[in-house]
Amino acid sequence: MTGVPTVLDERFRAAAAASGDLDVAYDLLDDTPVGPLLVGVSDRGLCRVGFDPEPEAELERLARSFGPRVLRTPRALDRVRLELDEYFAGRRHAFDLELDLRATPEFHRRVLEELTRVEYGHTTTYGALALQVGAPRAARAVGTVMNRNPLPIVLPCHRVVGANGSLTGYGGGLDRKEWLLRLEGAIL
Amino acid sequence: MARTGIPPFELFYEAHSDEVLAFLRRRAGRARADDLFQETFLRALRAYGRLEHGEHLRAWVLTIAANAIVDAARRERPTVELPAEPAGEDMRPAVEELAPLTDDLPPKERAAVVLRYGYDLDYDEIGAALGSNEQAARQAASAGVRRLRKEKESR
Repeated sequence: MTGVPTVLDERFRAAAAASGDLDVAYDLLDDTPVGPLLVGVSDRGLCRVGFDPEPEAELERLARSFGPRVLRTPRALDRVRLELDEYFAGRRHAFDLELDLRATPEFHRRVLEELTRVEYGHTTTYGALALQVGAPRAARAVGTVMNRNPLPIVLPCHRVVGANGSLTGYGGGLDRKEWLLRLEGAIL
Repeated sequence: MARTGIPPFELFYEAHSDEVLAFLRRRAGRARADDLFQETFLRALRAYGRLEHGEHLRAWVLTIAANAIVDAARRERPTVELPAEPAGEDMRPAVEELAPLTDDLPPKERAAVVLRYGYDLDYDEIGAALGSNEQAARQAASAGVRRLRKEKESR
C-alpha cells in the first residue's frame, strides 16, 4: 500500500472504528520495554496481547476466532495503550479493562480467572494454581494454560513460577518474565 | 466462524486500497475521490462479515466503488433531469438496465459484462479486477454476452 495518503488512510480507519462494524480493532505497539506488542479489542473487550507479533499470522488467528473484520485502528486502542504505559512506568498495579475470553476453552478460562487473584508483586506456583481450580494433579495443564494465555501481562501469567522458585517458562521468553517480575518488585 | 479463503479485512484493505483510490480518481475526479474512498471501504466492511468466500474480492470492491460513484452522482443531481441526459455520459441507466439481465450469468462473466458495459471499464482494468488479464476479461465478457443472447432467443 503506497498510494493512499496517510490522512485519508487514518480517516478511514477512524471511521471504521466508529462504525461498530469491526470484529477486532488492533494496533501494533512498537516501543514497549518488553518489545513490540500486538493488542486487539473486540466489542466486548481486550481479546489479544501478543509478543513479537508476526502480523499476518496474528490477524489470521484473530479472524478465525472473532470474525474476519479485523483492522488496525490505533484510536480504538487508546485506553489499552494508556494502561499499559502506566503499568510499564510502574504507576499502575491492576488493569481496569473489560476482557473478551470467548475464544478461550472453559478450563483455561477458569485457571485464568483464578490467576487474576495473584496480586502485583506476588507470585504463585503452577501446583498452587491447579489446587485452587480444584484440579490438584493438573500443574502441567496449568502450565499449558499459561503458555497459551491470550492476554499476557494483563492476565499475569508471569507471576506463576516453579515450586522451587525457578522461573520455569514463559510464552514471551524468560527474559521478559524476569523483566516483568523485576518491575513489580517480586524479584530483586 | 472464519469462512474459507476470506482474508482478515486489514489484508484485503492493504491489497486493494491503492487500486480503489486510483479507480475513483480516474472515474470521479480527485476532489470527489477522497470521500468516495472512505464510503467504498465502509460499505465493504459492512458487507464483509456476510461474504461466503474470498474469491474475486478485487472485482467485488471495484463494483462497490463504482456503485458509490453512481449513488453520489444520484445525490448530486435531481432525478427529474435524468431522462434528458445523453446516453453514455451518465453510467446509471446502462447499469440499471444491465444488472438484472445478468443475474443468471456465472460470476466471472457477470462481473466482466457489468464492468465493461455497465461501468465502461477497459479490459485491462477488468482483467486486473478479476485477478486475471486483459485477454481473459475480454473472453469472459464475450462469453457472457453470447450466453445472454442465447437466453434471449430461447425465451
